[in-house]
Amino acid sequence: MNLPAQGPVIPDFGNTSGCKANETFCWDWFADHWDRFAAELVQHVWVSAIAIVIGLAIALPAALLAYRLPRFETPAVVFSTILYTVPVLGFFLLMIPVTGIGLLTIEIALVGYTLLLLFRNTVTGLRSVPPEVRAAALGMGLTPGQILVRITFPLALPAVMAGLRVVTVTTISLATLAAYIAPYGLGQSILFYIGNTFISGLISAGVLAILLALVADALIVGLTKLVTPWARARRGGA
Amino acid sequence: MTDSATREGPAGATYRGEALAIEFRHVTKRYPGQDAPAIDDLSLTVPPGETCCLVGPSGGGKTTAMKLVNRLIEPTSGDILIGGHSVLTYDVTTLRRDIGYVIQQVGLFPHMTIGANIGTIPRLLGWDKERIAERTGRLLDLVRLDRSYAKRYPAQLSGGQQQRIGLARALAADPPVMLMDEPFGALDPITRAEIQDEFLSLENEIRKTVIFVTHDIDEAIKMGDKIAVLRPGGKLAQYGSADELLGDPVDDFVADFVGADRGLKRLSLRSVGELADPGREAPPGAPSVVAGTSLRVGLSVLLAQGAEVLGVTKEGRPAGAVTLAEIREAAGS
Amino acid sequence: MIVVDAWRFLADNPGRVLGDVAGQLLLSVVSVAIAIAIAVPLGAAIGHTRRFALLAVNGANVLRALPTLAIIAIGIGLYGVGFVNIMVALVILALPLILTNTYVGVAEVEPGTVEAARGMGMTGWQILTQVELPHAIPLIMAGIRTGTVFVIATAYLAGTAGYPHTLGSVITNPTLPVSQLLAYTVLAVVLAFAVDGLLLIVQRAVTPAGMKIVPSTAA
Repeated sequence: MNLPAQGPVIPDFGNTSGCKANETFCWDWFADHWDRFAAELVQHVWVSAIAIVIGLAIALPAALLAYRLPRFETPAVVFSTILYTVPVLGFFLLMIPVTGIGLLTIEIALVGYTLLLLFRNTVTGLRSVPPEVRAAALGMGLTPGQILVRITFPLALPAVMAGLRVVTVTTISLATLAAYIAPYGLGQSILFYIGNTFISGLISAGVLAILLALVADALIVGLTKLVTPWARARRGGA
Repeated sequence: MTDSATREGPAGATYRGEALAIEFRHVTKRYPGQDAPAIDDLSLTVPPGETCCLVGPSGGGKTTAMKLVNRLIEPTSGDILIGGHSVLTYDVTTLRRDIGYVIQQVGLFPHMTIGANIGTIPRLLGWDKERIAERTGRLLDLVRLDRSYAKRYPAQLSGGQQQRIGLARALAADPPVMLMDEPFGALDPITRAEIQDEFLSLENEIRKTVIFVTHDIDEAIKMGDKIAVLRPGGKLAQYGSADELLGDPVDDFVADFVGADRGLKRLSLRSVGELADPGREAPPGAPSVVAGTSLRVGLSVLLAQGAEVLGVTKEGRPAGAVTLAEIREAAGS
Repeated sequence: MIVVDAWRFLADNPGRVLGDVAGQLLLSVVSVAIAIAIAVPLGAAIGHTRRFALLAVNGANVLRALPTLAIIAIGIGLYGVGFVNIMVALVILALPLILTNTYVGVAEVEPGTVEAARGMGMTGWQILTQVELPHAIPLIMAGIRTGTVFVIATAYLAGTAGYPHTLGSVITNPTLPVSQLLAYTVLAVVLAFAVDGLLLIVQRAVTPAGMKIVPSTAA
């Protein structure tokens, strides 16, 4: 991953021609500095996406395990619930002595915060399959593997997607804090411009982070509609 | 409607599209930790193409008996044969795909379209797409739903429509045998009567061997060629036609179960035409009904008019008469 | 070793530690209280009238998507640093959870129950306060509890928002020793669990007895 060039010790506000110090937002300045924000935006997407994908890769099999062997559920939920009460930044910083300053620390922390919701929603989804649907599938001669792949998992998808939706915006939000640890994501600009009277930098980074979260949210909503077409079909509809 | 495709069963029988007998041979099912067996030494044979209704009070093991056939429940001892082959010799998955299965709660797959629901087993059997689409269309015709329903989802259908689809899905691979577990029990009385009639005419057409579980003796009388009454403890109390059960219940349990009005029920099974002596003439002023009227309705007419003799007409012309005494005798046990 | 240092740091600075804990609590309580004051009446009104439901649900989803640090950053630009800045961010954090749960809790009362209440001659207000809200209490409380845990676990960002009198005085300062960081992080967790436990007791106390009975699931 390409790191953006670190700003010099004395903040470089570039060519601020036409911009005043106390102006809320200055388009000229933003256009001048678009490259920097674009690089951070792309990083932000990657940092978040990696965490979400790894989170899914861990939470889905774990949920399947807990669905088959319910005694695994309580420890997994207790562990994830405790994690949820830990201030993310504290978690980030405390990880540094173990995993060092860098992407690994960031991802471990971000993945940790994805697990509870993905796990719990998936287990709930798997359990929500109506018993008569399972009974019919079994009686018709579907094997347990076919029931899982063709019936149980598709029917759990709405719950999984609902969890994924919240997890996605949460991860994007938490990823802004990653910049406290290592130079990744839009948090860099936020921390860089904080405490300055020139506030266009703060507004730019903040608005970009919000736009990223909203776009990601909308994408997940669209994806959900695409993969669960039946969820909208009600009587009289379609 | 017959699907010409035939397939080798694992036991070597070629049976697609042709009805097969189901035979229970001394089947016993005992659940671990329970003293009394759920099914106790059950032996009966359902001839090919006939519908056998399993009835009895709850706890009589009728659903257990049915689930033994597709091995959702495994017998403790004894054997069940379909077309002469023991179900225990089949791979369970293959066995179940060869048996149509309909349950009260229908259990349609909510995430699949109606078409995909009906096509589930054909897809697993590897049929090609055109054949599945063709089959789905014909099954929708058969259960009297428009073919456009194939694209809808189960949630968009009424309860009666859903059960029709459940029926179509069970028939999809043209199984020789059908198991139906209180299939119409959740429907309102009007829809139930409608779908019962449709299934009866369907059965005439497709000739499946059906095991039909119900707790409703009237439904059993209507639907069953044969009725098996199970008593608590899973023992077969009586097995026979509705007429035999109503006319000659073997003991008080069966007599109680078929109801104190069994005489009247028995009268519903026969028409006045069957009983009428064509040579007899009804006295002037006697009430008369058409030959196809049930004896039960005939009796009701006699009672209402205080008459002793009931005239019978066929195509508008007199065709004999029935007396009150003859009807009483027909109802008698 | 670090643990001993962390303990020593807490023991040696009782005044500062207590001040920061109190500051964190005050900030969290004020934020959650404002969120409740907005979300519960709004959610109840929408759930009762079923008007603007789509707007409310989508609005809550948008609020839920907003990154807290981004709100702080934009807030610095619009209304400056300090208590208000971090408070606004925390209200936005808690509000959608409480709003959604209140709305769902009120809206999902059995239609038959509401119809029966109306048939008995209850007014809309009586139905809301005597039927729908009591039914919604478990969900509303669940929303408040989750929201509070989130708020307490996030309130340290006050340090970044220019309000130093919270656990953020240490947590948002990466230059301090790890032992101090550990001490304050553990404090934040303990605080979150303590408040959650307290709210659980409140929830049990305010939940109508009939709502506590879990109906046995029919076969």
